Amino acid sequence: MTRDEVTLAIKDIIETIAPDEELVGLNPDERLRDQIELDSMDFLDIVMELRKRYGVQVPEEDYKELASLTSCADYLGPKLEDVELKVGC
Amino acid sequence: MADKYDVILIGAGMSGLAAGIRLAQYDKRVLLLERHYLWGGLNSFYKRRGRIFDVGLHALTNFAPRGRRGVPLTKLLRQLRIRHEDLQLGEQRYSEIAFPSERLRFSNEFALFESEIARAFPTEVDGFRRLTSAIFEYDSFAPADPDVLARKVLSEYLREPLLIEMLMLPMCYYGSAIPGDIAWYQFAILFKSFYDEGFARPEGGIRPLLDILVKRYKSLGGELRMKSGVAEILRTGCGDSQRAAGVRLDSGEELLADQILSSAGFAPTMEMCGAEMARKVRPTDRGQLSFNETVIVTDKPPLTFGNYGAAITFFNDCETFAYSSPDPGVWGIDTRSGVICSPNNYAAKEPLKEGWMRFTALANAEHWEQLAAGPREEYESHKYAASQAFLDSAARFAPDPRPFEIDRDAFTPHTIRRFSGHPRGAVYGAPNKRLDGTTDLPGLFLMGTDQGLLGVVGAMLSGISMANRHSLQPTA
Repeated sequence: MTRDEVTLAIKDIIETIAPDEELVGLNPDERLRDQIELDSMDFLDIVMELRKRYGVQVPEEDYKELASLTSCADYLGPKLEDVELKVGC
Repeated sequence: MADKYDVILIGAGMSGLAAGIRLAQYDKRVLLLERHYLWGGLNSFYKRRGRIFDVGLHALTNFAPRGRRGVPLTKLLRQLRIRHEDLQLGEQRYSEIAFPSERLRFSNEFALFESEIARAFPTEVDGFRRLTSAIFEYDSFAPADPDVLARKVLSEYLREPLLIEMLMLPMCYYGSAIPGDIAWYQFAILFKSFYDEGFARPEGGIRPLLDILVKRYKSLGGELRMKSGVAEILRTGCGDSQRAAGVRLDSGEELLADQILSSAGFAPTMEMCGAEMARKVRPTDRGQLSFNETVIVTDKPPLTFGNYGAAITFFNDCETFAYSSPDPGVWGIDTRSGVICSPNNYAAKEPLKEGWMRFTALANAEHWEQLAAGPREEYESHKYAASQAFLDSAARFAPDPRPFEIDRDAFTPHTIRRFSGHPRGAVYGAPNKRLDGTTDLPGLFLMGTDQGLLGVVGAMLSGISMANRHSLQPTA
């Protein structure tokens, strides 16, 4: 996955778990939490989906790395380098 | 044994089904066991004479329109990936709290309740406003003080004893396992779920909602076994290293699992773990409060025959409200207070042709168990007489449906115990809740009634949060 694809992967996961949120126009550098309604239950789902779809494990101490789209791409980029993007599952 | 599950869930009620969906969604090998031949637990249904009767559903509290943020219903739908429109929720017309000298109406618009309080209790407007903000600011899902009781807190904000009684009545009836009172955090959860959120009814009653849950669970690969009661929770290891290892069914079959989540209630679950664990059950771990219900079907809707438009009427026939298991008395029920509700008084795409009214009374569980142990005919005639006594009492607060009656069914604490497994038919479980869901046996967790969240939405959130916390969190 390229860096852009990682962002796409994350957005697709958010779309799955929070279908009622508007994801167009998200500021990549701002905290996701401040832009759309995501609580700790939703963050657990992001982590679970990453594991289910891409086999990536995110330990609890690293949840903070998922705060914004940019930090997601920074953190997940290296882990997803050799993994192919799956959208719409 | 080859068959080993990641998680076995005991009880296919709302909490078990919701937990099952969460676990199956994330590829856990999960088995949901139910002793009864139907799912739903305290919110099940049954057929009689061609009609489908709901067991526990008066209203789905916590109503929220699609997309409303930060409320339980929205969280629940997200977690289970169910669409709001699939629930086909119809909103109530209005509901009411009726005392001899005063009636307060409320609807899914909080402003109505506020204006009703201002009309009936003008000196309490400020106190009620402060109470409301305290409730909204309070983190009721992670209460810092779960032992504080509501009456004490209410008396800090309000001076009118009648208003306190009127506020206590519906909250107790819809969720208290504590005689005479309700935990403050439960009061806060219910208050929001009633007045800020509201009441709705899934079109067609509880059955279509259960169908959605069961279908979703199975489509994700979850296994569901009916008529499969758990006789014993198997343990492995000894002393401090003992942990849950599986279950032995009533049939003798043994099934292994890494984790067990039980909605059977704390005391029954401990009793499944053998004599050593059963000794840890205290009196506050056993619920006392149960109910009789009578359902009357009429040839026309209550709005037509009696101009009755309330979804729910909570009534009490004197100035103070007594919430306790009644003395056996004459009929084994308390006729002074109760709940009247009509599924006709919710918006529906296809309105119900027949009229339905449901009457709920506090009942003495032992009295009804003793009667049930005797001759069937005596139990049935006593049940009928108790219904009649209660309908006479309720007729002071809502129109009497009996002149238009075409069918009737009633159940008692004995019926509730028999089909839900809750000891003494205690629908709200034990006074002592275990909010974190843990037990003394590692690998065994509680969900549902005795974990602390109640009602259809609350029970599902209980299953979801316990599955998340104990089975899905990566650190678990």
